Amino acid sequence: MAIFLTKDSKVLVQGMTGGEGMKHTRRMLAAGTNVVGGVNPRKAGHGVDFDNRAVPVFGSVREGMDATGADVTVVFVPPAFAKAAVLEAADAGIALAVVITEGIPVHDSVAFTSYAKSTGTRIIGPNCPGLITPGQSNAGIIPADITKPGRIGLVSKSGTLTYQLMYELRDIGFSTCVGIGGDPVVGTSHIDCLAAFEADPDTELIVMIGEIGGDAEERAAAYIRDHVTKPVVGYIAGFTAPEGRTMGHAGAIVSGSSGTARAKRDALEAVGVKVGGTPAETARLALGALADQA
Amino acid sequence: MDLYEHQARQLFEDHGIVVPRAEVTDSPKEAREIARRLGGRAVVKAQVKTGGRGKAGGVKLAADPAEAELTARRILGMDIKGHTVGTVMLAEPIDVEAEFYVSYVLDRTAGGFLAIASAEGGMEIEEVAATRPEAVVRVPVDPAEGVTSAKAAEIARAAGLPQQSVDVLVRLWQVLVREDALLVEVNPLVRTRQGRIVALDGKVTLDDNAGFRQERWGAEEAQHHDDPLEAAAAALGLNYVKLDGEVGVIGNGAGLVMSTLDVVAGCGARPADFLDIGGGASARIMADGLSVILSDPAVKSVLVNVFGGITACDTVAEGIVRALDTVELTRPLVVRLDGNNAARGRAILDERAHPLVQQATTMDGAARRAARLARTA
Repeated sequence: MAIFLTKDSKVLVQGMTGGEGMKHTRRMLAAGTNVVGGVNPRKAGHGVDFDNRAVPVFGSVREGMDATGADVTVVFVPPAFAKAAVLEAADAGIALAVVITEGIPVHDSVAFTSYAKSTGTRIIGPNCPGLITPGQSNAGIIPADITKPGRIGLVSKSGTLTYQLMYELRDIGFSTCVGIGGDPVVGTSHIDCLAAFEADPDTELIVMIGEIGGDAEERAAAYIRDHVTKPVVGYIAGFTAPEGRTMGHAGAIVSGSSGTARAKRDALEAVGVKVGGTPAETARLALGALADQA
Repeated sequence: MDLYEHQARQLFEDHGIVVPRAEVTDSPKEAREIARRLGGRAVVKAQVKTGGRGKAGGVKLAADPAEAELTARRILGMDIKGHTVGTVMLAEPIDVEAEFYVSYVLDRTAGGFLAIASAEGGMEIEEVAATRPEAVVRVPVDPAEGVTSAKAAEIARAAGLPQQSVDVLVRLWQVLVREDALLVEVNPLVRTRQGRIVALDGKVTLDDNAGFRQERWGAEEAQHHDDPLEAAAAALGLNYVKLDGEVGVIGNGAGLVMSTLDVVAGCGARPADFLDIGGGASARIMADGLSVILSDPAVKSVLVNVFGGITACDTVAEGIVRALDTVELTRPLVVRLDGNNAARGRAILDERAHPLVQQATTMDGAARRAARLARTA
């Protein structure tokens, strides 16, 4: 098992024929992802050859789903066209849309995340590295060779911190790693992933990575207190970030008294989550928590 | 990107919201002329992107053009919470009968926007919100429907705003949507003794990501960076924030760089900056980033922390070598490379064998070393 993505997932790539789309489709295929097609209305009917594997290009998400039974789409479409691409995927009723694109205007993200709720499409992202179920499938840009299948579920706002923790805990391995994205509005929250990991029999421990901005981590803490029985280890980035300055991610900003790393760490610790001071310490805490369970 | 008051005022006016007549200047002499044009009396207001101007003495009523000149001279150059006043706006005085508060803000939790309104506006709105939260209403706005006249009437009724403010609420929503704003706030929205509704002061935060479809932003963008190093980095397309410490920090990915700053601080040093070279960075971006950090005289050591995912460590190493060839390295550089092509990256740096460049194998170890080098420099 895993969450959201398994070896049975059939994956379309919107924007596959672009530079990033080509590069990462090749990487996804190498990681074992069942990429069943690309979507590009101007190149429909053509196929693209990836190391002797031909992947067809469809004119729309709907056509791709009808022809292949695809249930996942990964979006590499540039920011100006991303909203239309995601709305199209939601309209087609696809189960999961992973939006890698960085720099999408917030008004667009608000529009497609709220629309997707009405169609029942789960959105991961935008501005995220995607998600990987090691050994089964990889939807997005997370490097697949850092780690292996295992017992830890990981949810993170940050791509590189996802990689860092995957690397530190590579010997244990992961059920699924989800990068939910660092934008102010994202389709899938920490809480959604916590709920899914709690229900996933293959996940024994959850690692949750947050950063400054918003109150998603505080809300996740309340959720953990009420609903999560598995051990959770946390890490929060941004203790040194000054107020009012955006630190790389559009959502990573401390405004007034809210959104500080300290408030997030305190909220998590108050519900019994062990929070590491560095990624390395967080990995040690995770190893300790797994040892306690055994 | 936060706008100055006068820029927000202009947007409001463009969308048909009534604002006071006003002009902006950086010259006291011109301030006198503007006051004359406004009819003699004028409110002189410091243009800074921070709250609390009034309490800091940055807003004064001048009774005549001569006083406007004197007041402008006093306010220009003033420091308000670390922001130096570069321009003042002179506005016609408004005869206020009642003050209200209205804003639309992004509601991250709900993934939409929220209307916030109160019949008690003015300088003390934060206090009202803290002590009597029931006086401030919050109404979610359906993103698909937006704020129609009916929705605006609902907001006005809930907050106890006058009926005439309904039109302003609709137009303010149009500012939010058409200008790609994340926040629009009018505080205070006032009713004059003549019964007019006027946006006396406002705040607008635009979404930097929407620049590609908002052509008028060019001028505002140019005023965006107060710090010369930030301006230089922005010109190179780098994601850079100047901080006030002594360890230069550069890495890939916002989360990892934020984390690196924290680890440096945990080692007893202060980070000098946040610099994210992003995913899939080229050697040129790495070299540019390093040259920006080295042009900061406050930097005593530099820490490069890269976990190669999409980014290839050998490309990063090539960027460092390229920077060493073009910029004279006078301060120590600690490099930690891990992940994609790390072995090749490390070999490239070993081969270059610059005496001031040292490599570390872990993030924590690299931060400790960079912090120690900065302290002993």
